[in-house]
Amino acid sequence: MDLLYDTLFNGLAIGSVLVLAALGLAVVFGLMGVINMAHGELMMLGAYTTYVVQNLFKNGPLEGLFPIYILVAIPLAFLVSGLAGLLLEKTVIRRLYGRPLETLLATWGVSLILQQFVRSVSSAFVVGLVVAVALGLVAPRLWPSSWAQRRWTPLLAVATWLFSGLIGIILASGLGGIRVLDQPWFSARNLDVTAPLWLRGSVDFGGVNMPTARLFIVALTAIALVAVHCFLQKSVWGIRIRAVTQNRSMSDCLGIPTETVDALTFLVGSGLAGVAGVAVTLLGSVGPNLGGNYIVDCFMVVVLGGVGKLLGTVVAALGIGVLSYVIGSGSLLLLWPAMPAGLNELITFFATTSMAKVLVFALIVLFLQFRPAGLFPQKGRLVEA
Amino acid sequence: MAKFRTWLPWLLLVAAALVLPAILPPFRLNLLGRFLSLGIVALGIDLIWGFTGMLSLGQGIFFALGGYAIGMHLQLLSLAPGELPEFFGLYGVKQLPAFWQPFQSFVFTGLCIWVLPALVAGVLGYLVFRNRIKGVYFSILTQAALLVFFNFFNGQQKLINGTNGLKTDTARIFGELVGSDAMQRNLFWLTVVLVMAAWLLCRWLTRGRFGDALIAIRDDEPRLRFTGYNPTAYKTLVFAIAGAMAGVSGALYTVQSGIVSPQYMAVPFSIEMVIWVAVGGRGTLIGAVLGAVLINYAKSLVSEQLPETWLFIQGGLFLLVVTALPDGLVGWWRQGGPRHIQAMVGWPPLAPTYPGLDLDPAAQAERQAFSSDVPPGGAP
Amino acid sequence: MKSSLMRKTTMRYVAGATAMAASLSLVACGGGGEKAAGDFDGEVKVGILHSRSGTMAISENTVAEAELMAIEEINAKGGITIDGKKLKIVPVEEDGASDWPTFAEKAKKLIDQDQVSVVFGGWTSASRKAMLPVFEAKDHFLFYPIQYEGQECSKNIFYSGATPNQQAEPAVSWLLKNKGKDFFLVGSDYVYPRTANTIMKEQLKVEGGNLVGEDYLPLGNTEVAPIIAKIKQALPKGGVIVNTLNGDSNVAFFKQMKAAGITPANGYSIMSFSIAEEEVAAIGPEYLEGTYAAWNFFQSLDTPASKKFTTDFKAKYGENRVTNDPAESAYNMVYLWAKGAEKAGSTDNAKVREALIGVTFDAPQGPIEVQPNHHTTELVMIGEVQKDGMFKIIENKGVLKPIAWNQFVPETKGYTCDWTKDRPDAGKFKM
Repeated sequence: MDLLYDTLFNGLAIGSVLVLAALGLAVVFGLMGVINMAHGELMMLGAYTTYVVQNLFKNGPLEGLFPIYILVAIPLAFLVSGLAGLLLEKTVIRRLYGRPLETLLATWGVSLILQQFVRSVSSAFVVGLVVAVALGLVAPRLWPSSWAQRRWTPLLAVATWLFSGLIGIILASGLGGIRVLDQPWFSARNLDVTAPLWLRGSVDFGGVNMPTARLFIVALTAIALVAVHCFLQKSVWGIRIRAVTQNRSMSDCLGIPTETVDALTFLVGSGLAGVAGVAVTLLGSVGPNLGGNYIVDCFMVVVLGGVGKLLGTVVAALGIGVLSYVIGSGSLLLLWPAMPAGLNELITFFATTSMAKVLVFALIVLFLQFRPAGLFPQKGRLVEA
Repeated sequence: MAKFRTWLPWLLLVAAALVLPAILPPFRLNLLGRFLSLGIVALGIDLIWGFTGMLSLGQGIFFALGGYAIGMHLQLLSLAPGELPEFFGLYGVKQLPAFWQPFQSFVFTGLCIWVLPALVAGVLGYLVFRNRIKGVYFSILTQAALLVFFNFFNGQQKLINGTNGLKTDTARIFGELVGSDAMQRNLFWLTVVLVMAAWLLCRWLTRGRFGDALIAIRDDEPRLRFTGYNPTAYKTLVFAIAGAMAGVSGALYTVQSGIVSPQYMAVPFSIEMVIWVAVGGRGTLIGAVLGAVLINYAKSLVSEQLPETWLFIQGGLFLLVVTALPDGLVGWWRQGGPRHIQAMVGWPPLAPTYPGLDLDPAAQAERQAFSSDVPPGGAP
Repeated sequence: MKSSLMRKTTMRYVAGATAMAASLSLVACGGGGEKAAGDFDGEVKVGILHSRSGTMAISENTVAEAELMAIEEINAKGGITIDGKKLKIVPVEEDGASDWPTFAEKAKKLIDQDQVSVVFGGWTSASRKAMLPVFEAKDHFLFYPIQYEGQECSKNIFYSGATPNQQAEPAVSWLLKNKGKDFFLVGSDYVYPRTANTIMKEQLKVEGGNLVGEDYLPLGNTEVAPIIAKIKQALPKGGVIVNTLNGDSNVAFFKQMKAAGITPANGYSIMSFSIAEEEVAAIGPEYLEGTYAAWNFFQSLDTPASKKFTTDFKAKYGENRVTNDPAESAYNMVYLWAKGAEKAGSTDNAKVREALIGVTFDAPQGPIEVQPNHHTTELVMIGEVQKDGMFKIIENKGVLKPIAWNQFVPETKGYTCDWTKDRPDAGKFKM
């Protein structure tokens, strides 16, 4: 019996991380049919935010509040990742509506840039970047208005951006000579986020040992789920979001500002990624590759759960969590020690974390043979895109 | 004159293939050969993405399968009978696993390089297409499949040497070391020939009814189905062909790199393949090859000079191509991109007008064809 | 380092732009060697091939930095002297990008294009295995700095890191003697942990230990809950855990072990083979305190040579940096090579390889000597992680000779390697 509880708890623990990570992705995918490959990197931004907040609280006047820094980190991470997501939506994704495959590639490009960004960001780098962007934005306003309608105007715009980029690079390299400015903020190294003491221990409950960090994540996931549910069901904007999810053109006709809805959804989805980023710092390290470790799992949750229902995401994530725990830890062998030799060998073969992943993915693909639209497909006829 | 124009690129290509080995140092020649072999997998992606509209993020599976087939053969080739490849000793394996046995035969390996990936692609494709899974779902599923294969190959040290992969440089074909300069030159020529063959195959496939069906799938699949076609069969077939091409490409790449490892199935590599096609110009066959060679060449140069900036450049390329150059370099060229620029800087090229246009033999031929199509007075 | 790298970056932008332009014509751009400066009579190129981008960049940057520091030191003392001529060592840096095939490609480039005399490079065994055929096919010369799994002895590679008998085996014997008989082995899923664990399993059989379980995590994976459950089932009351995880997984592993109560305080002895000072700082000493590691160099090693190395490194790369075994080993190998070249009276790679055997160097860890099997002797120590992130040296096994072919594993038992012997199978023959 203990074993059952143990399995359930650990499955829940693994699953709830997946729920949290995939929640934002599912909301965005449900609304816009956009797979955001940079979702993992938005998580990474959330994790780095946690790191920064932790450093603020580690020394100095706020030291006494260290045990609760994580509660400060959550809204901040939501904000940072959400704003990054908003920027992404406004600059890139907006241009690519109705072209999901292109969006996928573009967001992958963004994810590469974000990864390298946290590796190389330093004060000199930021100064260069800000100057380049400011120059690129301001310069066109200084042109005589007669330049605006010329044949070569587009070329001029490209040249301006190239020029400001060059200025930025030169400035950054110049400032890079100063050691203080050249110090990378995070560097490519993995960083350590120290959890507060109360998140480092564990409690025993009914014979099952539960690490508090895991419990915290489960609670955080539950809160995030309830919040998202309430937001979607009760708030005005939530209702608008649902309307657009169900029928974009009809909503548009009825006067719902679909563009604002898209932006808002993206902000919320990205913000949730940030919250997930805070959660994973309790389990592992913070590094540029953090996002890549979760992203494919998140996709599987979304595909398995089906589009448009939060319940699908939750069930899929928990299912994957329990399944990978059961297979990976080989606990089936303990439940049924007198297993036939062939089956036993098979289970032992898959009872490592790497092979469990193989089996879980294979099972998902198999499952999609019977339910191509996932666990909880949207009812009603869908326009084939 | 027109004949000469169609043949000119080919003549240049053959000339280049003959001259380059003489003038390029072995290292650069080897790079070029490898990048050209990547052109084959890019052609396959062009076939399924550019023409059929299916974005596969899992071509690395088939690429690596081809590579592993030749890698296993070369491992066995240089052994005395009864001997085992060296790495098996590290993990205490004393007998050659059964699935290695057939790779002792050159013929079997030669078949396996393309048949095995095609089969895997066919089965995988059939399972997915049968359920009408498409679009982003298809992309994600191929990516998941890629991860499954990656984890499997990465974790099975005792079967295929796991993360380390198989090395091929020290094996001998026809008494010649695979890694030697002479052998690499031969492999370069082989690559050139196979790239051309793949290009011709794709061209043949995309012209005519089969190609029309593919484009119809891309543009409006339900409509094609309602017309009485079975898109599943077409999609499965074309996915299998692309898989076979990826396998050939992987084998060529492996023998020229000297190693095949699960890294060929890493998630980023397969997405990179797509971007070669996107940059070159999807839907244009030559663009795929061009994109593969150009981007990889740029990558190798950038990583020699400024390794930290490559990801920025690559990410920027993704964004640029998707937002500003949706048809890639070749598409941009064909749609008169250079003329646009020319016009912007103030020297618009002269637009062909009467009577010049009227006298153009191509225009005349077209008009003749048109007038014979339409019976006099019968135009609707 | 970073700052000098940046400055170099500025200069390289110009070179980079030229190179990009050259790429269009597919013509090689050699980069143009710098002229020998000041008092030198010439120069000799050496390759430095580590991952400067990707997952492994975290670890390999430090190693590359240590190599560059050694080169700078040698140049500051007048370079290497061959035939009375002073040669400046010019490093040619390449990026392996954490991708094994790229390592092979870049190794080819360094040999063919840059014509370097030697390549210092690699970290993961996979990258070494990828480069090995290149160096063998071209009969060139690689110097590899990291402790590794052994079971290899190439004519074209010198290894300045520990073999298992200079790290893992003494550590396991020590654990068996002092800490317990029940062993659980955890590792990342790649060649070093797999092979090291194969060796340890054989050693446990011979020395009377008891293997209660082993598990592998894919590189970069952070979901360690199943492994922790397995450890708890296998070792409910404490025991020995040998950890060969690499990179990110360590953080997740130790954080969650602590949360699950698998700590030194509860009777678990944890020994890691891939955690040095730098990793301790990244994981956080609060999670690692009381666990063990076996290395050939610790920053806390209390000798003048060790202190000088650490001071110099900090002065060059920043006060907050730490030194560790891989960095020391990388630093040593540059000196060993320079001494070998001076002894050979040539920078020709074949002659240097021959001359290197028997070369000694007063390394930060103490004197080391290159053995006929192309490995070096090493001082073997076991340390315990302290609160401040440093190691307290609790056991010193003295200087041990390297054994390339493992004597616990039945397949290689009785084999040895001796490149001074003139025989075709000098790399592996029966003793």
